[in-house]
Amino acid sequence: MKLMAQLAMVMNLDKCIGCHTCSVTCKQAWTNRTGVEYAWFNNVETRPGQGYPRQYQDQQRWKGGWTLTKRGRLTLRSGSRFKRLLNIFANPDLPTVADYYEPWTYDYDNLLSAPAMDTTPVARPKSLITGEDTAVTWGANWDDDLGGGPQQVSRDPVLAKLSAQVKLEFEQTFMFYLPRICEHCLNPSCSASCPSGAVYKRSEDGIVLVDQDRCRGWRQCVTGCPYKKIYFNHKTGKAEKCTFCYPRVEVGIPTVCAETCVGRLRYIGVVFYDADAVLAAASVPDERDLYPAQLGVFLNPHDPRVVAEAERAGISQEWIEAAQVSPVYQLIVDYQVALPLHPEYRTMPMVWYVPPLSPVVDALAGTGHDGENADNLFGAIDALRIPVEYLAELFTAGDVGPVRAALRRLAAMRAHMRRVNLGEPVAPEIAESVRLTPTEIEAMYRLLAIAKYEHRYVIPSAAGADAHRLDALATGCSLDSDGSPGMTAFDVMDGKFHLTAHPSDTNGAAAPADKARRINLLNWDGKSTNGLFPAVPISNGPVSNGQISHGSATNGAEPVAERTR
Amino acid sequence: MTGLLWVTVPYVAFTSFLLGHIWRYRHDQFGWTTRSSQLYESHLLRWGSPLFHFGLLAVLGGHVLGIAIPASWTAAAGVSEQAYHLLSVSFGTLAGLATVAGLGILLYRRSTVPAVRKATTTIDKGMYLLLSAAIGTGMLNTVGSNLIGGGYDYRATVSPWFRSLFTIHPQPELMAGTPVSFQIHNLVVLALLGLWPYTRLVHVFSAPLGYLTRPYVVYRSRDANHPGARRYARAWEVSAPPSARR
Ligand code: SF4
Ligand code: SF4
Repeated sequence: MKLMAQLAMVMNLDKCIGCHTCSVTCKQAWTNRTGVEYAWFNNVETRPGQGYPRQYQDQQRWKGGWTLTKRGRLTLRSGSRFKRLLNIFANPDLPTVADYYEPWTYDYDNLLSAPAMDTTPVARPKSLITGEDTAVTWGANWDDDLGGGPQQVSRDPVLAKLSAQVKLEFEQTFMFYLPRICEHCLNPSCSASCPSGAVYKRSEDGIVLVDQDRCRGWRQCVTGCPYKKIYFNHKTGKAEKCTFCYPRVEVGIPTVCAETCVGRLRYIGVVFYDADAVLAAASVPDERDLYPAQLGVFLNPHDPRVVAEAERAGISQEWIEAAQVSPVYQLIVDYQVALPLHPEYRTMPMVWYVPPLSPVVDALAGTGHDGENADNLFGAIDALRIPVEYLAELFTAGDVGPVRAALRRLAAMRAHMRRVNLGEPVAPEIAESVRLTPTEIEAMYRLLAIAKYEHRYVIPSAAGADAHRLDALATGCSLDSDGSPGMTAFDVMDGKFHLTAHPSDTNGAAAPADKARRINLLNWDGKSTNGLFPAVPISNGPVSNGQISHGSATNGAEPVAERTR
Repeated sequence: MTGLLWVTVPYVAFTSFLLGHIWRYRHDQFGWTTRSSQLYESHLLRWGSPLFHFGLLAVLGGHVLGIAIPASWTAAAGVSEQAYHLLSVSFGTLAGLATVAGLGILLYRRSTVPAVRKATTTIDKGMYLLLSAAIGTGMLNTVGSNLIGGGYDYRATVSPWFRSLFTIHPQPELMAGTPVSFQIHNLVVLALLGLWPYTRLVHVFSAPLGYLTRPYVVYRSRDANHPGARRYARAWEVSAPPSARR
């Protein structure tokens, strides 16, 4: 057994209102640069819908993720390593800008500089790639809220997998939102397809990152990732991806998308797993066994043997305790209401989803039934083929069993809590019908509905993981070193930040010259407004954006000589 | 003049090639990339790029055979001059044609697809110019002198001269009487070598052959990135000691 720790996320889809706040704040923090205008490390797509990039789930076409060879061995769907190398000069499975969208801006200046005339001047759309006039024909969420109607929506690759009859019932339209980030997979096919070995999984927390210095621009990872969560920076010629906001989680605060989520529907926590069991679990022959197989890889942090193994692996007490109260582990393993997105890609994704019950409730309410009644809800979950079959295609490779079970638990919670709230006598059989006790169901309710910040985000600091290492440093005052208890989270953040302001992360040429005047959300912890607003009038000379006390490195103002030392 | 052209110029080019690569590898890992433009355009690239790259690899292989291996060795191995000539010209022409066709498609793509044209830098243009000239003159030599003309035995002059550069006794006089087209080809290639480390051609030295043998998933410890172990000096300052801040 090789015990490893993974930072994972769960999103409760019932609560997502599709506001895109997470996407926008993520973009402000990470991809408001030339070359990655089209990159949305976090995107929110309407389901049913085509997703972003268009139809990325059609793996016949994009060849992402893993598949089994005839002999049952795990191999990249896009072909053997040798085949990947032969295709290195022109990757046949690479989406182009047309599959994302051509990023654009508007010629706003024309509104001010146009001469006086009878008609109102217009701001024409300009391509951010060529600088020429462009026609805006697609975007990152073009089919938002089923926009474009059946013509667009019917191109959803997940819909195509459903039986014809279910598709016919499509008139009874349902929809929900699916926010997506990189899955920080246990078996990342992006890393496996990188010829340079630049895409790596961090052994301390499982975050998957691209080493900007080692990436050589072979763009095989874009194909390798079935979720299309690696983006090629067309300016710098390097791959970029969601970083799980590592500078933030290293100091114990949640990712920007989670921090700013309006619905408060994201949970972050530690999961222990057995790295030696991953390959076997990812290679089970039947796709529908992948979800249970992945559950089997996770280790119970309350088991004394697991704790002993974690200690032996050098994992600090802080991390072990965090794993024991991990909201993610509870939702995935204890309550089994969270499910993985597309386990059939065999990457063992680590961002899981609580499926939405609301389409079922809406369907019930629409027919005049009581959408809070347990029997009605159970009956509807069993009777309604959409959305259940659709959800099963998303979360369990088409197996409706686990989806029904998760929905039944949510339904039971709903019915139980209504009785509690209305002061009616509690009916224990509701909880028992989903194999929970009333106490458990109320604990689940608290976690899903009203959990506070510190219960939704249980993130041990990286400094904690380093404690044993720092202790070992016998020389010098421990208060002097980075990450020691004498420093505040922000002191450490400053250091991390330097990494993102460093040219190896945001190429000097690609980083906008006026970056300092831009809004900075990456280190926002919700406690102050520092960095949220540009503080200095544009015309002022020396740059200071109110960030000084938190480290000037964020200003990107480091002298060139410093970089190369 | 002979000394300048065939001793000084090559050594300057080699020095630039060598030191340039070392300098760039040490200081510009981030800039070390193919800077692929496939994201903009895929259809033309899928024809042009493999034709060009595989063709050029074959051409390079041919050059290694023709330059590095002395004629006496092939003769000793029992390959007659005619047989060698036939082989080198036929394979050289095939590989050259693929390269030229590929380059043609790539240049057409670069100049007509707006996004790709926009992404072309000045140094790219210089590089393309030299590369096209090198391939053009090379093709001229193979097809013009060797196939149509009577044939020119460069293995008696150009190859030994090139090898002599790597001994301490360069022999520029060997190049004195060579056909002008060969001389131009050599000079263009030397210029290209000199410019090489400053262009995206550096990606040649990142050919990822290790991929075939390494484990699929790469694990790395965060410690490598830890501030304490950072390769660069810390550019930020703690504004006040932690105690003074509370
Ligand atoms: S989701 Fe993330 S970790 Fe998984 S394959 Fe894609 S980029 Fe890699
Ligand atoms: S911020 Fe939260 S509620 Fe809004 S779209 Fe993102 S995940 Fe959904």
